[in-house]
Amino acid sequence: MRVAANCLWLGLFGAGGLYGLLMVQRAVDLGFLLHGILFLAFCLAAVALTVRLALSPPPARALPDDRPHYNDAIVRAGVIASTFWGLIGFAAGLWIALQLAFPALNFDLPWTNFGRLRPVHTSAVIFAFGGNVLIATSFHVVQRTCRTRLAGHVAPWFVFWGYQLFIVLAASGYVLGITQSKEYAEPEWYVDLWLTLVWVAYLLVFMATLARRREPHIYVANWFFLAFIVTVAMLHLVNNAALPVSFFGSKSYIAWAGVQDALTQWWYGHNAVGFFLTAGFLGIMYYFIPKQAERPVYSYRLSIVHFWALIFLYIWAGPHHLHYTALPDWAQTLGMTFSVMLWMPSWGGMINGLMTLSGAWDKLRTDPVLRMLVVSVAFYGMSTFEGPLMSIKAVNALSHYTDWTVGHVHSGALGWVGFVSFGALYVLAPVVWRRERLYSQRLVEWHFWISSIGIVLYITAMWVSGIMQGLMWRAYDSLGFLEYSFVETVEAMHPFYVIRALGGALFVAGALIMAYNLWRTTRGDIRESEPLAGSPAMAPAAA
Amino acid sequence: MEYESVRIFAATWGLVALVVMFAVAVAYALWPRNRAKFRDAARIPLKED
Repeated sequence: MRVAANCLWLGLFGAGGLYGLLMVQRAVDLGFLLHGILFLAFCLAAVALTVRLALSPPPARALPDDRPHYNDAIVRAGVIASTFWGLIGFAAGLWIALQLAFPALNFDLPWTNFGRLRPVHTSAVIFAFGGNVLIATSFHVVQRTCRTRLAGHVAPWFVFWGYQLFIVLAASGYVLGITQSKEYAEPEWYVDLWLTLVWVAYLLVFMATLARRREPHIYVANWFFLAFIVTVAMLHLVNNAALPVSFFGSKSYIAWAGVQDALTQWWYGHNAVGFFLTAGFLGIMYYFIPKQAERPVYSYRLSIVHFWALIFLYIWAGPHHLHYTALPDWAQTLGMTFSVMLWMPSWGGMINGLMTLSGAWDKLRTDPVLRMLVVSVAFYGMSTFEGPLMSIKAVNALSHYTDWTVGHVHSGALGWVGFVSFGALYVLAPVVWRRERLYSQRLVEWHFWISSIGIVLYITAMWVSGIMQGLMWRAYDSLGFLEYSFVETVEAMHPFYVIRALGGALFVAGALIMAYNLWRTTRGDIRESEPLAGSPAMAPAAA
Repeated sequence: MEYESVRIFAATWGLVALVVMFAVAVAYALWPRNRAKFRDAARIPLKED
């Protein structure tokens, strides 16, 4: 069985390598040639890694004392990759924020202009950082809550490295100008096909682990992870249906046209928010907050209702991205209505996360990691309040195409997704490297406050800038002429772009502190001025 | 299959099917007999390191 599986993997990677050779030999454009070389190198490395895994003794499913023998190595790799891509993605964001304030920073080069770097930023933070966090935490949580070892020997590593290859192909393509111009789905057809293979392997590893669980009930966090994996697969396949111009070239044409393409794109786009950036990270919330607070979730029943309500409502909300367009009115109203209804599951979930701390609120004072997780849930509540508000047509008439949207996205992305991910990484690192605790709690405090101030600067600047921009666009004079030219609105936004970049710089600084803290933790260091809990210095003062 | 017939099917039988599925999920969550099962399930994250 094991030998057959290893042979199958070797055969697949070998065939992949041959296909890579063909890509290199017959490539019709430079980008495709470079990607062929990368793919060939990946397949060769994969063959070597598979041989090494095949020759090493198979890991036992259980330890001698019958406790499960968890696959922590894959989670360690995920923590490193998440931190690495996080830094790249945040720095790219800071760069393009500075470009908006000071356009000279695009250096007048095609590869570094805003249009090419913006998808590098969005893909790096959403798919590279967020995706790696989701893969690492889902693999950790499914093992711990099913009390069994992750299924597969080669397969989890194929998922991990295959996903990194997807990121490198996507990002290098953007810089070279390879894009299918669909927001958050920019990678071209061959990169999409590769991601499909990786994603199917991810689903199979996850489901096979669930199938061999030693716990009768499937814990709710796994439901959220599973919904995230399955739905993202469906969205990805439908939205990226395309016909390549040449099987050895990067350019393709999307199968959908006109308003159907727009609707499909935002059905995809909004559910990437709903299932990638929400359902997956709610899986993180439902495991890591109870874990860190050392209390069971406030209401398990509410978590089930939360799950199904979210699943049933989110999928219909996408049309709110297309208000006042060629999309039929009834579809716009449907999108708006479902977005407003989403208030209920979103806030139900937020309450469930926050109330998990009831009776343990004092921990917020002493545990900065728990504080980070809880503040992330507060940001989740805030941005899921703001989102439905902005989906209402009358509000959208003011907010759409302005910086308000950018601010809203970042209160969700930096506050909710960022902070819940940082909290999970802080919890994971000592567990999967088997260290007593983090290197320094005080550095977590610094990270928390610096990043929080950064987020506040970011979103307040974007509120002011966005609403100002919207009001200026719709201002008429007494004769019915537009009051402002477009460039006057751009000029007026400059100070807020500077403030936004400052907020971004603080967020990057916080992430650098985290990277240092995690690196020292992996080495087993404990900061000298912070003795371990239980030692005399940490004892409560005598009454 | 015409657009109109798909739309009518979705707005009637599709709607009923989704509402029934959701009602079943809520009933499952609130069913009194499941209380003990969910109480135990809530403690799953606290069992391991």
